[in-house]
Amino acid sequence: MLRGVTRIYPGATPVHALGPLDLDLARGEFFSVVGPSGCGKSTLLDVLAGLSRPTAGAVSFEGSPVRGEVPDGIGVVFQEDASFPWLTVRDNIAFGLRRAGTEPGDIARRVTYAIGFMGLDDFADAYPAQLSGGMRQRVCIARTLVLQPRLILLDEPFGALDQQTRLLMGDELLRLWRETGATVLLITHALDEAALLSDRVGVMSARPGRFIDFVSTGWARGRDSRIASDPGFGAITARLWAALRPESIKAMGRQV
Amino acid sequence: MTRSRRIVWTRIALVAGAVGGIELMCRLEVIKPLTMIAPSQMALELGRMIATGEIIAPAAYTFMEVGAAFVVSIVAGGALGALVHALPRLRRAVDPLLASWYAVPFFVFYPLLIALFGLNALPLIAIGVIFAAPAMMLSTLAGLDLVPRVLRKVARAHRLSRLQEARLITFPSAAPYLFTGLKLAFAYSLIGIIAGEFILSSGGLGYGISYAYESFENRTMYALMLFVLLIATGVNGLLHTWDGRLARRRGIT
Amino acid sequence: MTRLIDTIAIIAAILAIWLGLYAYAGDVAITSPWRTFAFAAELFCRRSFWDNVGATIAAFAMALLISAVAGVAFGLALGMRRFAGEVAEPVLGALYTIPKVTLYPVMLLIFGLGLSAKVAFGVIHGIIPVILFTLAAVKNVQPVLLRTARVLRLGPTETALSVLAPAVAPEIITGLRVGFALTLLGVLIGEMFASQRGLGYLIINGIEVHDVRMTTTVTLIVIVFAVAANGLMLALDRRAHRTSQM
Repeated sequence: MLRGVTRIYPGATPVHALGPLDLDLARGEFFSVVGPSGCGKSTLLDVLAGLSRPTAGAVSFEGSPVRGEVPDGIGVVFQEDASFPWLTVRDNIAFGLRRAGTEPGDIARRVTYAIGFMGLDDFADAYPAQLSGGMRQRVCIARTLVLQPRLILLDEPFGALDQQTRLLMGDELLRLWRETGATVLLITHALDEAALLSDRVGVMSARPGRFIDFVSTGWARGRDSRIASDPGFGAITARLWAALRPESIKAMGRQV
Repeated sequence: MTRSRRIVWTRIALVAGAVGGIELMCRLEVIKPLTMIAPSQMALELGRMIATGEIIAPAAYTFMEVGAAFVVSIVAGGALGALVHALPRLRRAVDPLLASWYAVPFFVFYPLLIALFGLNALPLIAIGVIFAAPAMMLSTLAGLDLVPRVLRKVARAHRLSRLQEARLITFPSAAPYLFTGLKLAFAYSLIGIIAGEFILSSGGLGYGISYAYESFENRTMYALMLFVLLIATGVNGLLHTWDGRLARRRGIT
Repeated sequence: MTRLIDTIAIIAAILAIWLGLYAYAGDVAITSPWRTFAFAAELFCRRSFWDNVGATIAAFAMALLISAVAGVAFGLALGMRRFAGEVAEPVLGALYTIPKVTLYPVMLLIFGLGLSAKVAFGVIHGIIPVILFTLAAVKNVQPVLLRTARVLRLGPTETALSVLAPAVAPEIITGLRVGFALTLLGVLIGEMFASQRGLGYLIINGIEVHDVRMTTTVTLIVIVFAVAANGLMLALDRRAHRTSQM
């Protein structure tokens, strides 16, 4: 049995971006990270994925150490649009599978499923340039999920979208999480999004980023955005902001 | 009629009108026949030269030179572009050189190149390369610069090797810009070589024009000029259209 | 500091190549750097040399003026009239890629030999990039800037001067820089065919009478001038672009 557990003690870069901090992720949990801008959230994701090495400390994934290379079983959705503009939606999604040498029949089946799951049926043969930002992000998510990663890292994937689209995409993300049973780490600046979607939320301080609070939400697994009407939601969001507000002020003062 | 159709038709009308105007002025001898012959006569003469095969030898010579310069330029330009991109220090040093490259009137090197290589095709090919390779180099640099950084991360997230990354991500991403480089390399090769043939050569279309001019053979001269014009517009136009199509599919304005 | 070192390194490399070529090909092809510099110093004292320089500069200045003024004017007009601009742009682009040497005989037949031919050569080379860059600059003015001008209730002249002009200036300057280099090229070529005076004439004459020293020296002087002028205009170009969003 695999456990998606990570423990991090990352350290400083010439700009002391992150830490020192610790983080354990339980297998199958939906964990969000919130923090003021510039606190190193993206750095955290990079270190977690093996995209960059911590100056100090250790990262491990499923019991093995992560060292400068992205381990098998981790999927990443970036903040920026990372769709390949020279491939159609279908080819974009199939990219990872083709690299992994999967059987063509298998690829076709999984890609078609992912396209349906993400609601991209009408655009399967279009190019990303013809799609809106939200759709392109869906392509990136589909490209990641089709590889069935055990840990999915998302760096503010809905940052460029309007609020309503975000809420719907959040629902889709939950659906994805339930279906795949993966561990999800979502980085977001939107407190309500974190409160709505997660099992647990980590609040980061201003730079250098450290975890100052962990808030458990206690939501049921089968949730969707309608839990916004639950009274507990307001309390959680308020608690997040109470922890975050002084850090945000600190971060803003620093931004010149 | 849609707007884009109107634009195309207006353009056709404009060009046709200009040609027609010149034709008229030549026929009415407003433009003297010693200065310029009518476009229709140019076309006729060109047709005759093609039919008799007169044009084949100089045309083949020129195309061979242009072809050689083109191939060398894109290979050298692309390779140098990739090299300079990978070595930022070298790039900083070479930058002012590249920026001033096209300010230098290159034809001044013809005599030197002739003295070095002899009075054959090599000096001309060399000039073509000097003209065209930097354009390819600059386009390659631009294309490599514009590969979004996030795609590098995607390559690592998919655990691609460096070679795979270059082949599957860097190259396709930079492709439209590389194609623009190709387009420019062709245009500049053609310009450099025809100019070279005109000024100091013993073969090819440029030389043919120069010789006809000095022998007062207007018909031949204008027929050849028309030929070069048609080839240049035709090939460059085609490359330009493909370039645009490629860019549009990728969402590059 | 490293900038300076890099520049020196490049110049050293060029000198090395020059010496290499000289060692390989000898005096019949190229003059050694040292002799070239010496001869240049000698030329600068000759009255006849400066006469030629004057001829070139006169033709160049005229051609540049025409290219710049007419080029910007056409570019502005085509940029502002959307339809005309879209019709003309590919035609101009095509003209740009045509080997203009094919037009030289026509120019000579129309303008004869002398100053007007030289100026004409310069103009046909330099005017098109100026038009194209200006056209693009006007076309790419962000509409929101114009809306802002309307909200601030600026009159048409005020809008043109305080909003449009600064917005299009950077790209127009780039166009003028490219046009500058090409106009110079055109004038020099014109002097090669259509004149008995000027630096281009000195070069072609040097070729014909096998005065390698003359050819090499005048070539060097022309290159140094072209690169220096381009460098200046680049600096101007960069400053103009520093504040633009493009």
